[in-house]
Amino acid sequence: MSANTAVAEKYRNNFLKEIEEQVEMGDWVKMCMQCGVCSGSCPTNFQSAWEHPPQELFMMIRAGKREEVLTSSSMWNCTSCYNCIVRCPRKLPITHIMHGIAEYAHRLGMAPKMQATRFFSGLFWKNATKTGRVNELKLSMGLYFKDGFVQGIKNGMAMQAVALGLVKAGRLNVMELLGGHKCKDQKGIQAMLAKAYEIERTRKTAKLAG
Amino acid sequence: MAKHEYAFYPGCSSQKGASASNYLTSVESMCKTLDVKLTEIPDWNCCGASIGYAEAGELPRHVLNARNFALSEQHLPGQEIVATCAACWLGARETRERLTHSDTLMSDTREALKEAGLTINEMPNIRHMVEVLIEDLGFDEMAKHVVRPLEGVKIAGYVGCQTNRPFGVAGESFENPVYLDKMVEMVGAESIPEYEQKVTCCGGALAFSEPEKAQAQIKDIVESAYDHGAEMIVTPCPLCQANVEIYQGQINKRYGTKFDIPVMYYSQLMVVAYGGSAKDAALNGQVIKARRLEEIAAKPVKR
Repeated sequence: MSANTAVAEKYRNNFLKEIEEQVEMGDWVKMCMQCGVCSGSCPTNFQSAWEHPPQELFMMIRAGKREEVLTSSSMWNCTSCYNCIVRCPRKLPITHIMHGIAEYAHRLGMAPKMQATRFFSGLFWKNATKTGRVNELKLSMGLYFKDGFVQGIKNGMAMQAVALGLVKAGRLNVMELLGGHKCKDQKGIQAMLAKAYEIERTRKTAKLAG
Repeated sequence: MAKHEYAFYPGCSSQKGASASNYLTSVESMCKTLDVKLTEIPDWNCCGASIGYAEAGELPRHVLNARNFALSEQHLPGQEIVATCAACWLGARETRERLTHSDTLMSDTREALKEAGLTINEMPNIRHMVEVLIEDLGFDEMAKHVVRPLEGVKIAGYVGCQTNRPFGVAGESFENPVYLDKMVEMVGAESIPEYEQKVTCCGGALAFSEPEKAQAQIKDIVESAYDHGAEMIVTPCPLCQANVEIYQGQINKRYGTKFDIPVMYYSQLMVVAYGGSAKDAALNGQVIKARRLEEIAAKPVKR
């Protein structure tokens, strides 16, 4: 049974409960009063419109629209500007709930596969935790080559002027490809993170069983 | 002994050859003048930034920040942690809040930290460099050191998101913070309090992943600065600085604009006003050169 089928079975007809137990800050979802201030404050919703803006996602969760919510590209439009958080009249930590739903959809393998920000988000975390510090050059290259080698070269060419400007200003070092900045205690960092994942998994599974 | 001492969390982008290395250089010069001693937390790690959320989960993200707290406590006991990067400051502060408010998260974090041979006994205070400047030193103290006022330079204060929300600087409003304008006035330049894009989001990490969305926002930020007659933009955030500066060429292609406005850090303005050289202020680190500041930095200092 896949991870998705297991949770779908357990929380049958109660998607709200699933979100409350499995998503970071998910227990806040029921507090939404549908005023829409979050949607009106969101820069990317304003510019290009989310498929389902935050307050709509909250209502869809309560209406049990599991598939539509978890496969949506919406949450991945969050720029982490925290405008929704500071403006929400009921003080819902909306930014964190969006990140939480996105992370959950990603964990279940339901998030849109090639969504660019989903891809970049995973890439960033792996890049940062591999050595303990971000390698900006490898991070950019990883994103450009997301859709294969040919597209990667094209993307790289399109970014040539930007990259060259940074290199000239001493803010992009091509030598970073060969190694770059890193933490000394990488072993400790890996062990500590592995333990953290283990604890988090155990806690979520306990809720699923309870 | 220095007047003020802190445990310093420079963050990934401040490292040598990285995108905000000019920020660090200017902060170091600024702190020298202000007698602020920053001691780097040994072997500090990345905060995970907000964009790591797909893989980070809750506990691993907090554990990552807690490692820095533990190292700071071990090597620099009793010192507050100061970050120059908005994301580092936000990430660390968020972890501090969550761990303080949840015994479960705290004990889980301690258990994970053990794997790296570390522990936390006390929660450190997490400060942004601008908080240190405003709250610990104050505007009068900052102004005292101005020997080369940036007279006649009109500067749009772009605060951005993460230095402003959700925590922000105490006493400032989320919608219209004024401290950056006050810092512009403090160095003798002309501020633009009515600059309406001062807290607009630059797109953050979407500048990488979905550039067309971020660039639509950056266009508004730059356009408004021009509309108000600004000669340059100033910001306290490394990602705001990079996003607003380096994509102006691409925005020009996309929208047919002719943007070419320098984007500075507050610390660079202060170093020039404090009599520092272009090198001290890391003006060579600008992709769009700040000619006007370079000229001022070349002038002799009136003492």
